[in-house]
Formats: sequence, C-alpha cells, structure tokens
Amino acid sequence: MRLDDCTLLFPKLPSAMPIWHGVVNAQDLRTLCEQVLHGGGKLVALWGSDATERGGHYALHTGLVSISGMLVLTLPVDQEKPDFPDLSDLFPAADRMQRSVADMLGLHPTGGGNHRKWLRHAAWPSDVHPLRKSFDRNSTFPTEPDNYPFVAVTGNGVHEIAVGPVHAGIIEPGHFRLSVVGERVLKLEERLGYTHKGIEKRFEDMTLQQGAKLAGRISGDTTVGYAWAYAQAVESVTGTAPPARALWLRALLLELERLLNHLGDLGYLGNDAALAFGFAQFWILKEDLLRMNGDLFGHRYLMDRIVPGGVACDLDHAGLLRIAETLRHLEHEIAILKDIYDEHAGMQDRFLSTGYVAPDLAAKLGLTGLPGRASGQAWDARAQFPCVPYDQLDVNMVTHRNGDVAARVTMRFEEMVESIRLIHLMLEQLPAGALMSAVGDAAEGSLGIGWVEGWRGEILVALHVGKNNRIHRLHPHDPSWQNWPVLEHAIMNNIVPDFPLINKSFNLSYSGVDL
Amino acid sequence: MLQIIKQILRTGIKTEAPPPTDDALRGEIQQINAQILHHIGRALAIRHIDAGSCNGCELEIHSLSNAYYNIEGLGIHFVASPRHADMLLVTGPVSRHMEIALKRTYDATPDPKLVVALGDCSCDGGIFGESYASCGKIANVIPVDVTVPGCPPTPSAILQGILTAVSSCKTP
Repeated sequence: MRLDDCTLLFPKLPSAMPIWHGVVNAQDLRTLCEQVLHGGGKLVALWGSDATERGGHYALHTGLVSISGMLVLTLPVDQEKPDFPDLSDLFPAADRMQRSVADMLGLHPTGGGNHRKWLRHAAWPSDVHPLRKSFDRNSTFPTEPDNYPFVAVTGNGVHEIAVGPVHAGIIEPGHFRLSVVGERVLKLEERLGYTHKGIEKRFEDMTLQQGAKLAGRISGDTTVGYAWAYAQAVESVTGTAPPARALWLRALLLELERLLNHLGDLGYLGNDAALAFGFAQFWILKEDLLRMNGDLFGHRYLMDRIVPGGVACDLDHAGLLRIAETLRHLEHEIAILKDIYDEHAGMQDRFLSTGYVAPDLAAKLGLTGLPGRASGQAWDARAQFPCVPYDQLDVNMVTHRNGDVAARVTMRFEEMVESIRLIHLMLEQLPAGALMSAVGDAAEGSLGIGWVEGWRGEILVALHVGKNNRIHRLHPHDPSWQNWPVLEHAIMNNIVPDFPLINKSFNLSYSGVDL
Repeated sequence: MLQIIKQILRTGIKTEAPPPTDDALRGEIQQINAQILHHIGRALAIRHIDAGSCNGCELEIHSLSNAYYNIEGLGIHFVASPRHADMLLVTGPVSRHMEIALKRTYDATPDPKLVVALGDCSCDGGIFGESYASCGKIANVIPVDVTVPGCPPTPSAILQGILTAVSSCKTP
C-alpha cells in the first residue's frame, strides 16, 4: 500500500484538521509507517481499544503525521492471539506507548523489543488489564512490590543516585535513576507512572458533555490545550461547527496559556542557574497575567472555559483593552529581561552547550514540540495545518538548531513575542456573534480526533463513541510521551547539578503521560 | 549588574498582606498543641508532596513564592526533605502508585507535624474519585489537619489554609 494513496482510499474525518482514518492489516501498517518515516513524518500517538463487548475486536491505533496531514490507522487485533507488529524499531518513541498498551489492554508487540511493564507498578497484577471492558473500575488488589528491572550500569567507580518519586522541589512525582562516575552522568533511566489515577478508564463512564471537565484536568498546566482538543474530537463526531467567535476566543486562550507557561519556565530557569532575580521578575509578570485571566475569564488557568460546541466565556470591549495593555507591558518587560539573561555571563555559562540534543538525534528519536523545534525539528501545527483562526494569522514558527538549554530558553522568549503578536491580531479581528453551537448526537462506533498545538507540543485526543452519546474509549496523548525518552539522552555526559536545569528546560508532564 | 539593579528598583515592592485564618478549613484532628504551634508558626518548614495531582495545584503553590504573596517573607519556606519539615502540603487524589511513598514520607517527617490537604481532589477524590488506580482523598491514607478546597485553590486560599493550620484552634 502506498502512502500517497491513503488520502484517496481512506475517508477524511469531519474535522477542523486534515485527518484521514483507515483500517489496515499488520503488513500495511508496517509499510505505511516506513513510508511516513522515510518521508520525514513522525508518530504522534499510539493507543489500543477494546470493542469485544459490542461484537467487535481489540484494536491498535496509530496517529502518523506527514506533510499532508494526519493519518490514523486502525489495526484489528485477534482476540485469541492479541499481538501487533512492533513499531519501536521505526519510531523509538513508540516503545513506552506499546508497553502501556500491553499493561492496560493486554495487547503485545511482537518481536524483540522492550517487554518491561510501564504504567503498571504494583496496584494491579500483570494478568489484569484495566482498559479491557470486562474490567470493573472499582476492583482493587493487594499491593505487591513493584520490582521494576532497571538497567544496571557497571564499571570501575560507577554508582547510582536514585531520586524520587517524592522530589526535592515542588514538582510532580517520578523516579530518576542516575548512574554516575564522580559528577558525570553516564546514564539516566526514568520510571514514571506514579500519578496514574485511571483517567482513561474514568472517561469510559462519562457522557460526551461530562468528559470536557476531566479533559481539562489531564495535565493542569495544559488545561486549555486538552479542553480544545477534546472539544474538537466531540465536534468531529457530532458534526458540530462552533461559531467563529468561539474559535477565535479558543485560540486567544491557548496563546495565553503558552505565555503563562513560558513565563513560569523562564523564571525557574533563571532560578536553577542561581539568578533568583529572574524568578522574581518573571513570576510577577506571570501573576499579572493570571490575575487578568481571573478577572476577565473567571479562572486563573482558564479551566473549563472551552466546552464542546464553543466557549463558556466572553470578552467585552473593556476586556479587549485590558489584554492589549497587559501584553504591551509584558512585551516591554520581557525585552529588558531577555537582554539581562543574554548578557549574564554566569547564566550563559550554565545554559550554553548544556543538555545538548543534536538535530539528527532529535529526528531519530522523534523529539517534538518546543524542545523539538529547539533541535531543528520544524513542526508546529499552528503553522503547518492551521485551523481557524490560525489560517488567517500567518503564524511564524520559531526554530533553532543549537539544541541546548540556551536554545530552549531562546525558543521561549521568541515564542512569547510571536504569541503576543498573534493575540494583538486576534483582539483586532475578533468576530462578533454567538459563543456556542448546539452539539448534536454522535453515532456509536464513530471516531473523532482532536489535534492542537499546545505550549509543550502537539496534543491529540482520540475519542471512540459508545451508545447514547457516551464515551466508549478516550485516549489523550501528551507530547511528553515523545520527549521524556530524549531527556535521558540530553543528560548524558552532563554533570549531576545540571540535571534540574536540563529537566526544567524540557519541562515535561508527568500527569499527562501517567494518565 | 546595573541593568538588574535598575529593573529591581523600577519594579518596586509588590508584596501584599496575607489573608486571615479560617476555622472552617479545620479537620477533626489537630496534631500539634497550641504552645508548640506558636513557635512553629513563626518559622515554618513545609514539604510538598504531589500524591497524584494533575499539576494544577502545584502551579498555585509555586505562585506563593512570587513577589505578590512572598511566602518566605512570612517565615514560611519549602524544604527539600520531609526530615526537615514541620508541615506536609499534599495535593491530588492519592494514586495507588503513590500510596506507599506518601505513607513513607509522612513517617519520615518528625513529630509533631501538620498535614494540609490541597485542592478538591485532596478533599474528596475530586473528579478522579476512588478506583483501581486512586485511593481518593488524602485523609484515606494519612491524617489531615486542614483541607483547602478549590480547583486549584488560589494562592490566597492556600496561604489561608497554611496559616490556619499553624494557628491554634479557638476553644470550642
């Protein structure tokens, strides 16, 4: 099967984004993945589903992106022999996703890949699969020891530093196993899954309307991104077209979320390089923005403002002026702070060449989103596959090739400037009209995909519809899936004290991948 | 350097007054007597534990350190180890994968100690509830002195919760 034929053979999903969906066999799945890879495309998400109770079968789904858009491929998986072809040799990022499918659904990749558990720790036994329909969400099991087989590094003078799950700072829980010689890091191994709270199973009890609130709490710092992606998925399966004003307001909220997170990160990157001044300054600017959000939209982080069908907030003329004024001040301040960061010898010494990810390594491992663009991976759905209103705003994608902490810092400064420019345009061109469209019914068995460029990178929400407008299966995908494994490479040969700095320059989500 | 000093002077002082305490936030237990609280309340060391949160509450804990709330100015600071802490500030529903870590961190915190549970999920399990993967509210796993609702609670609400925990309960 040829990749070029897919857009002709497979139906295009009714969506704001260019997405095609097809059912394939194992051989075609491999062939198409190879063609996507060789054409410079990438794997966005991989998830499984169980339709056995409605007369269907298990299935493995992949979301692949190439220059023409996204191709979602569904591979039916045999109930008696539940396996699928390993894709991690083509897309290394598939490794943890496949292991999660094995833990959660009992579908296993064939071949010699990595067969260690991933999301499962000790809360349920290995022969139990929580995302199977036969599994009762409220089952509990006696806790067993986790006994995760870490890779041991041996050699003269090698020792291990084990960090977490409860970290020294105020961050999410995860475990890092650093193998070091003196101060130099030979290897980092991550063990995540600590915040696994059964989000995907929780979705399965919900109606399409109820799911919106949970979608906004998959990763609290990306609530707008997830809520929009979720809304897109629901609108796709119900044939709903949100009014123009709602779409423009959604984009406005998404850019505000990007600003909030970039401001916070730049403050902490200063702090981690021992410039407390940076933290103080950026977090004043962040708080100003949070208070503006609270006053204008009723929530500091904009939770529950995007709902299926439209938005649950509006903006009056005074609000427009307030945003414009706040952003003018912000732009003025970040220009001053960028000069200070750029000219500060101590900081630049910590930033430059630290945590380097070469562009070719980034391409091979599928590094995505902001860290990807800092290592030459030019992907930004807002620029390449612009939906309303981005199609009218001509988004400038920011990319760098230096691939170090300094590049990821510069990325944030430049993306903020671009977001501010975009918001000013949105304020000028914000169309009048309704905020909500009525959401219709969804056909059982239909598939909806939401695809949004959040501040970390691309977010995908895959929605499989059940009976009576309920969720049969929902998979939210965070770009951190792709980027966590690359962090293990970025830290190699750096010194232990630079790990917090490198980690912060990626700022990946735990909750978003632990689910 | 000159540019940094100029910017600091131009920014000025942003710190605002802290909120009053609120007895409504108290749980049924109070783990520390009034006399000790009087001393702890003037130099409080907090260890934060994310027991399974969505990271929303963490964002607002970070905000407490910004110049507006300036929590360190009140003699309250976050420490890197539970062994140095007077108070545990716990977020999230407790995921089953964090249950042991939370209990161990609680045990590693020297007595007398306080526990403040932060956010809707920490109060009643929130939208995640109890399931094969979630133990629900914090009080299902360790004793809790004060709960602060909100999704996420604002920095003022968090500060109010912390200050309530370190102020002794009014006599009933």
